[in-house]
Amino acid sequence: MNPVNAVLRRELRSYFVTPVAYVFLVIFLVLAGILTFYAGDFYERGQADLQPFFVMHPWLYLILVPAITMRMWAEETKGGTLELLLTLPLTLWQAMLGKFFAAWLFIGLALVLTFPIWITVNYLGSPDNGVILASYLGSWLMAGTFIAIGACLSALTRSQVVAFILTALVCVLLILVGQPQVLDFFSGTLPRKLINAVAHLSMLRHFEAIARGVLDVRDLLYFLLSMVGWLVAGVLLLDLKRMR
Amino acid sequence: MIETDQLTRCYGNLTAVDALSIRVEPGQVLGLLGPNGAGKSTAMRMIAGFLVPTSGTARVCGYDVSREPLKAKRALGYLPEGAPSYGEMTVREFLQFIVRMRGFKPDTGYRRFEAVVQQLQLEDVLGLCIDTLSKGLRRRVGLAQAILHDPPVLMLDEPTDGLDPNQKHAVRQLIDVMARERTILISTHLLEEVHALCNRVVIIARGKLLADATPAELEARSRYHGAVSFSAPGSGMSQEMLGRLPQVAAIEVDPLDGRITVFPKPGERILEPVETLLREQGLEVSEIQLERGRLDEVFRQITTAESSVTGSCA
Repeated sequence: MNPVNAVLRRELRSYFVTPVAYVFLVIFLVLAGILTFYAGDFYERGQADLQPFFVMHPWLYLILVPAITMRMWAEETKGGTLELLLTLPLTLWQAMLGKFFAAWLFIGLALVLTFPIWITVNYLGSPDNGVILASYLGSWLMAGTFIAIGACLSALTRSQVVAFILTALVCVLLILVGQPQVLDFFSGTLPRKLINAVAHLSMLRHFEAIARGVLDVRDLLYFLLSMVGWLVAGVLLLDLKRMR
Repeated sequence: MIETDQLTRCYGNLTAVDALSIRVEPGQVLGLLGPNGAGKSTAMRMIAGFLVPTSGTARVCGYDVSREPLKAKRALGYLPEGAPSYGEMTVREFLQFIVRMRGFKPDTGYRRFEAVVQQLQLEDVLGLCIDTLSKGLRRRVGLAQAILHDPPVLMLDEPTDGLDPNQKHAVRQLIDVMARERTILISTHLLEEVHALCNRVVIIARGKLLADATPAELEARSRYHGAVSFSAPGSGMSQEMLGRLPQVAAIEVDPLDGRITVFPKPGERILEPVETLLREQGLEVSEIQLERGRLDEVFRQITTAESSVTGSCA
């Protein structure tokens, strides 16, 4: 069997052997439900769509994704199993991809398990299911980017707490950077072009574009390139660790 | 085969391994000996491809660990220091993970799995979490992991550390069986292990190679090599007589149990003359022993000799 697959299976299994997976799933599903119905005014809006549900996803990921990525490399470094893993016949890339896909599939499972809300909205009205599917895809891509960031920063340190905080910090920056308040704050001091460039880095902007149901290549590329970029950085960090 | 050529590793200003060149052939069991912090584990980590050498090269079965890491890793079975493994997995899950990582087809993989489980007597603990195992069992799981793919080269970092005497014996027997036709490199700071396992010894301290010999050659360097020791009550008179023997260099008496050790002059054999003298004196000797030499003494002598020399890395 291919080593990426072997690492993926091991990681997934370890989520479900330790309580991580169940705690994550329960909290994710409960919070997603509560936030949609109470904070998102799901009923009061009187519209048959899942807008209030997907709007909450970046903030849910902000807390929950670092919680599953923080142990990814930090735990292996601290427990000494990194030495075992890296002396088995696989490349750093294969190890990184195995771990990344395990986490990404897991988030995918969490998203699939939100299906009751999709059934609810279809029962209550007749939503545009194409838009909902696109929103799910956008949400999953955004989760992948968060995971790639977490995977990279977990390789940076042997402390899971540090990995968690750094990941949450980078993610919140990437969410907020495109917000009008943030951009207004800099509009006096920075040149217009730079501000526009920074605004394009915003994860929220690309997520909302996809969530409207428009699959623009630029938005897809944004997420895919972000993932690749952070994973490359993570592999380089691991390689650096072997030299230091 | 394991070859290292001027293998060097620096951590900041500290040279952990300093231009180490060794070569281990098939059929050899080489014991890498040294005090704590001598660079044994660092050297092994470089050979295993975990750490990148600052300079120099290491080859496993002819494959350079930096240029062809996957081929080198396939030829190598490695037990890292402390036998790390994934604590939340059961022994079965962990070994099956290794089977998949080693790229076995299901049927051959299963046969190998069965074989190592039997070899290391893990049948009864297959369903247990590794976290709940004793230190000795964890070490055995680590060993099972290292030999699972039946590698031509085996490298074990302190394989018997923390085991009780029976488990040590079992592990040594296993290594003995595996030793034929394989290349085995073992690090240890237990001198008894050298006698039990190794047919060659390399002593390193502060990252430098200080001795490369067979255990017997090392023992011959000891002051005690060829010395005769015995216990006899009331032997005060005979000490003087012994001192007058032309072959004898010195006599020492253990202040605790009164055991007398007679040291020969270089190249002299003294067992017979000493025995003859004792018989002539009419002394009752309960037991008399010809010493082979003491490895611990040689070890101390070698590793503390040049304490002023420290490596430097730019």
